[in-house]
Amino acid sequence: MKGEKHISREEVEHVAWLARIELSEEEKELYTQQFNQILAYFSKLAELETEDVPPELHVVNLVNVCREDKAGKPLSVEEALKNAPKRRGEYFEAPRIL
Amino acid sequence: MRAVEAAAEGLKVRIGLEVHCQITSLKTKLFCSCPSDYRGKPPNSHVCPVCLGLPGSLPVLNWKAVEYAVMAALALNCKVSRRTLFMRKNYFYPDLPKNFQISQYDRAGGAPIGSDGYLEFMVEKKRKTVRIRRVHLEEDPGKLSYKGAIDTSPYTLVDYNRAGIALLEIVTEPDMENPREARAFLQKLRSTLEHLGIFNGGLEGAMRCDANISLEGGGRVEIKNISSFKDVEKALSFEVVRQRDLLKKGIAVRSETRHWDENRRITVSLRVKEEEQDYRYFPEPDLTPIEISEETIRRLQSEMPELPDARRERFIRQYGLPPYDAEVLTSDRAMADFFEDCVKLCGKPKAAANWLMGDVLQVLYSLNQDLAESKLTPAYLAELIGLMDKGEISIKIAKKVLWETMKTGKPPSLVVEEKGWKRIADENKLRSIVEKVFSENVKAVEDALRDPKAAHYLVGKVMEATGGMADPETTYRLISERLKALRGSAS
Ligand SMILES: [Zn+2]
Repeated sequence: MKGEKHISREEVEHVAWLARIELSEEEKELYTQQFNQILAYFSKLAELETEDVPPELHVVNLVNVCREDKAGKPLSVEEALKNAPKRRGEYFEAPRIL
Repeated sequence: MRAVEAAAEGLKVRIGLEVHCQITSLKTKLFCSCPSDYRGKPPNSHVCPVCLGLPGSLPVLNWKAVEYAVMAALALNCKVSRRTLFMRKNYFYPDLPKNFQISQYDRAGGAPIGSDGYLEFMVEKKRKTVRIRRVHLEEDPGKLSYKGAIDTSPYTLVDYNRAGIALLEIVTEPDMENPREARAFLQKLRSTLEHLGIFNGGLEGAMRCDANISLEGGGRVEIKNISSFKDVEKALSFEVVRQRDLLKKGIAVRSETRHWDENRRITVSLRVKEEEQDYRYFPEPDLTPIEISEETIRRLQSEMPELPDARRERFIRQYGLPPYDAEVLTSDRAMADFFEDCVKLCGKPKAAANWLMGDVLQVLYSLNQDLAESKLTPAYLAELIGLMDKGEISIKIAKKVLWETMKTGKPPSLVVEEKGWKRIADENKLRSIVEKVFSENVKAVEDALRDPKAAHYLVGKVMEATGGMADPETTYRLISERLKALRGSAS
């Protein structure tokens, strides 16, 4: 069945850019098709009567899982930087921004 | 003036603010137990797997942060959400190790902790109300630094010590009509949060602000990167002039994001910002929803400390201060505390208020200091007021003593002693100085004998001879007596 919304190739390109992923021409084509298939599943779900069902944003039935404001021991600087792709002194080094 | 220009002069300005305040009273970060006292510490020494966003780590909410946020919402007259949740705000920037920020959102099923409030404050002796759209909790990003300027640095250095610190985001409606109101709003907000005991605005970077500003008929411009609330007024004033100039020339003001360059004191255009839906908010699956019970709200409400408005009214009642003075003093918690501590010691509320609002503020300004970092203590100011009260120093000397005390941290009585600034009231001592002045200023004495007003010149001469230390009343009396005696012997 046809979904009400349709994802265009431009939207796939935009989402790829937001996720900082580079896609080949073939992948763009493939994902456009797949995105639309996924949307089609959801339009099947949209056929259900949900007028009186409140939206559920969490699947776990828990609330207020919290901790006290008590300080623990942080990592050492060396531990913290251990997995850094690049470091400079005690800093993580990232590429220039602008 | 051409018609377009004349019209541009009268255009209405609308300003809204988005303020970020760290909840500086918390001992730990928002979602992990890293200590929050990161200032002045080595980079990346206050981090853990959670605030570094390492795989497999799980954030756990600091409940105290929720309580403090509810207190802030109540103080800002907001409606408190009974059920709320955290969302992921997705974007790529090196200050976020996870590539998303845990925040709150008022759409997509989310709700901020507080909404639909207002804050009242005084500006140019008029009462102003600004509506608060929302108050929410989120995590602070890390701190970036560069080699030289941001746009020429070959790399970006990242320190995640600040990442995960609890941040209150407070968003206003665009209700402010000029830059001065924006500054007054921030001053009142700071004082309110400080009175709640959850915030210390004196800490570097604890309060940061984005502003949006539009002139009637122009686009909405957002200004980012305003790091002190004193700069808010400057940045907005710059924008008013820039936008008005464009409109005067008949050029449209386009909606855009600009960056406040505090060194050059101008705003500069940034690249087009990502659209709001591009943040792709969705509920944070690693955190449970928050329920804030009616009892919790009631308890927090009952534990609320005295806020600036109530304190202002008390200052008027208890100390007999004029409303304006009470407003100024309570617009800054440090100043209000200082005032009350000083009055306890000297018992002179009017004098304490005048000194604080006048000379003390002036000296602080010249020394580029905050009251909190000043060497002046309530005890020192009380001592200074006492010295004047006992007639040991004149008002003129007192001002010099204040300056010395604030510069060196020496108690006022010690300054007076070391500098030899004690008022000379000893009659014998003064009489011999008067005699010397009379013998050295024969012409002036003749003038004064004819015209009593000319005696002031002689008083001035005595002052000069004593370096301003002579007691003016005694001096004047001694001179009058001597003139009278001379007149008597002449006739
Ligand atoms: Zn941490």
